[in-house]
Amino acid sequence: MNLNAVGIVYRKEFTEWVRDRRTLISTVLVPLFLFPLMMVGFSALAVVMVGKAEKETPKIMILGGEDSPQLIASIKKLDSLEIVPYAPNWKDEISNKDIRAAVEIPKGFEKSLETGRSETVKIYFYDGEMKSSFGANRLEKFMKDYRDSVVKDRLAAKNLPASVLSPFAIKQENVAPPEKVSGATFGSFIGYTVIILCMTGAMYPAIDLTAGEKERGTMETILSSPISRMDLVLGKFLLVFSASLATAILSVISMGTSFAILGHSNLMNSSGGQTLALNLGLLSVVSVFVMALPLAFLFSAVLMTIALFAKSYKEAQSYLTPMTFLIVIPAVASVMPGVELTPKLALIPVLNTSLVCKEIISGTYHWNSIALIFASTCVYAAAALFLAFKTFQRESVLFRS
Amino acid sequence: MIEARGLSKRFHDKKRGEIRAVDNVSFRCEPGRIYGLLGANGAGKTTTLRILATILEPTDGTALICGHDVVEQPERVRANVGFLSTATALYPRLTAQELVEYFGRLNGLDETTLKMRLDDIFSRLDMNGFRDRRCDKLSTGMKQKTSIARTLVHDPPVMIFDEPTLGLDIMTARTITTFIRECRDRGKTVIFSTHIMSEVEKLCDVIGIIHDGKLLTEGTLAQLRERYAEQDLEEIFVKVVGPLQSRAEA
Repeated sequence: MNLNAVGIVYRKEFTEWVRDRRTLISTVLVPLFLFPLMMVGFSALAVVMVGKAEKETPKIMILGGEDSPQLIASIKKLDSLEIVPYAPNWKDEISNKDIRAAVEIPKGFEKSLETGRSETVKIYFYDGEMKSSFGANRLEKFMKDYRDSVVKDRLAAKNLPASVLSPFAIKQENVAPPEKVSGATFGSFIGYTVIILCMTGAMYPAIDLTAGEKERGTMETILSSPISRMDLVLGKFLLVFSASLATAILSVISMGTSFAILGHSNLMNSSGGQTLALNLGLLSVVSVFVMALPLAFLFSAVLMTIALFAKSYKEAQSYLTPMTFLIVIPAVASVMPGVELTPKLALIPVLNTSLVCKEIISGTYHWNSIALIFASTCVYAAAALFLAFKTFQRESVLFRS
Repeated sequence: MIEARGLSKRFHDKKRGEIRAVDNVSFRCEPGRIYGLLGANGAGKTTTLRILATILEPTDGTALICGHDVVEQPERVRANVGFLSTATALYPRLTAQELVEYFGRLNGLDETTLKMRLDDIFSRLDMNGFRDRRCDKLSTGMKQKTSIARTLVHDPPVMIFDEPTLGLDIMTARTITTFIRECRDRGKTVIFSTHIMSEVEKLCDVIGIIHDGKLLTEGTLAQLRERYAEQDLEEIFVKVVGPLQSRAEA
């Protein structure tokens, strides 16, 4: 191996790489702006949208209840609901979003309350439609409050205290530190995203330096120079690897910045009102990066090998699309609830890195698993690079026509 | 000097089975002379020249380039060869100068020598006006000059040209043929493949006619004229290749 020749190839490929607009988009712009856009942008958008929906006074229709004037009067008094006159096509009106929900008061409801007979009040809404759910929730809350007041009156009539219905209270309380809670929430997502971006960063240079060379007719030019094929492959590989790493680094930086912005805003509040503090300290950032290294190496070698079989950029893209699924599937599997790192899963490339990133981000370091994952991915990566060398020796691949 | 010894190259095609692209081809090409490999499309010219440039490996036989074996010492062979064909394109995102520098460095030139060579070649080929222009912005003529500069940068003793004028306009083709003559005048060993008879007549000192992977005949133009009792090279070519072609078609 001639390191000087490898360096010459690398420098040349780097010059061409930074002059390629497609590379700039996939390696720099996507990782830099994807995280802020997804995290800050979408969170802010969701807050705005939910806030707007909550501010709306939902239109509600009352079905029946003519013989329950007190209840109807109480509902009509509510400022948070706008009562619209009854229409027989009320179901369509809910589906068409003309009204948000409808409440059906059973016949003889107030009389049943007096006699102690239990009735069911039905609330109709459009499942999955946010504003309809808000309307239904307000109705339900009103009805529950109404029921509670009825119960209270009944207990008072019998001289019984309100606590007779709740002899004890139940409360769930989190004992894990906030960074572990947020790590469990976001860890798998972060690992998954870094992995996908590592692959995206490697994909375009891998195609450009192999199938792209064939398509442009420069493959024969470079093969006629005295550089050995091994040095040529290594120079090209290092560039693809650099692109993948650059994407990983930028995505980690961008991810850290996004969470820092979110941490200073009120966008990331858990349901309990406690802010989810994501502990992206230097150790976790460096660890995620170190774990992404062999994977970026593996992606670079595999993508280059596959793309080399293609005669053109377009053909290479069609070869690499199924490859994307092969990488996305294990990465997605790691996000699934309940999927935990086991010694067997530690040997499955992509899935193992994604799972270990999840643990690292939540502040858990199982060093044995980390070592096993790092070593196994390194072995896969070395095998893939060897395959790339071998493929570059094959005339039938280089001069496929 | 180029010496091909029983070169053969077989490919396997799924539909057609085994294809003998080059079949036991032997010839010698001396320094200061141009060897013209004349043949129709698919005759085996490109494969032969690619083997000599070590881009392909022969199935049987071998060739010596300046005493280096194409199978045993391919990198040494390539360091002694300048290879130019219509398939050897340029890197579009590099400037003409960056491209020639790249190949100079790959050929092991130090920075001082490289700078001297670049200045000399760019002046000789009148390339200074576009040396800093990206290759994808160059005209066809400028591209050909850049390709020539690439093959010359390490001053190789052997030049291999595979149909270098194919598809070029007259003026650009003329730049190439002038360059080939200059190579010979500088004492380089030149091998040149084409199917254009007039180019062979004008340029070549020795002509080899190749068909179906086999070298059917070779000699100077005068020797071929005498051997086949024809003055016109095209007629000679038809006399050599015609019977085989008719047999194959039958």
